[in-house]
Amino acid sequence: MIIDLNFIIFASIILLMVTGLYCLLVTKNLLRILIALEVMTKSVTLFLISSGYFSGNAVLTQALVITLIIIEVVVIVVACGIVIGVCVHNKNLDIKNMRKLKG
Amino acid sequence: MKEILILILLFGLVGSALLSVLIRNLLKAAITLAAASALLAAVMFLLGTWIAAVIELSVCAGMITVVFISAISLTKPLTDEEILIEARERRGRYIFLPFILIAVLALLIILKASNLMNFDFIESANSTSVPDFTTQTSVIWNNRALDILGQVIVLLSGVFGVVVLFKERTAK
Repeated sequence: MIIDLNFIIFASIILLMVTGLYCLLVTKNLLRILIALEVMTKSVTLFLISSGYFSGNAVLTQALVITLIIIEVVVIVVACGIVIGVCVHNKNLDIKNMRKLKG
Repeated sequence: MKEILILILLFGLVGSALLSVLIRNLLKAAITLAAASALLAAVMFLLGTWIAAVIELSVCAGMITVVFISAISLTKPLTDEEILIEARERRGRYIFLPFILIAVLALLIILKASNLMNFDFIESANSTSVPDFTTQTSVIWNNRALDILGQVIVLLSGVFGVVVLFKERTAK
């Protein structure tokens, strides 16, 4: 049986991106938004790595992915700090209660 | 053999990412996200990017999970009534996600089977050769001085951001 690696990886990238995007659109929990963002970043990482593998430029994409991981960590850590601050202020994590941000 | 292994790992990756979105308990969601990171690191290892795989495993599967779990432990848990209301709301909101995923997968398979779309969009260069470890390390460590400077600045700004946020919180 011949497995088309190109298609499998492309399908997983699309499925991961759809999962993260759907969760980002429907969720009302602040920490769940960060989890959705993380799932979408996983999809982008997989895309970069697979494109490097198939085009024979594994080293170049590896450098890009390392930068991506560093930026991802910084974004998530700062966002977690903001979420904790919002939770202390509002007493829960629901984005419906963040009414003071409205203009 | 390698293709079958990658297929199994990618199946697990999509499954655990889906679970991390669907599970109601945030702690379990963070742990399934760590499992997804570990599976992605295994895929990266099989595709020949070893250094990035190690960094993904230690940073994404390790450190981000610790950050998530500490953030969850610092926030207030819901009461039993709120849990019941939220569970009912969640079921209505997330029920469409598996159907959407199945529809997207079916669409991709139809496109693939009917040759409407060519999925070999990435040109295969001389049978996907992976450079050896010495080449990879020399490029990663010797030729990326400016890149590393940028990463250090980003990390420093992240540290300052966390310091400012936590300082404000304790002052209140």
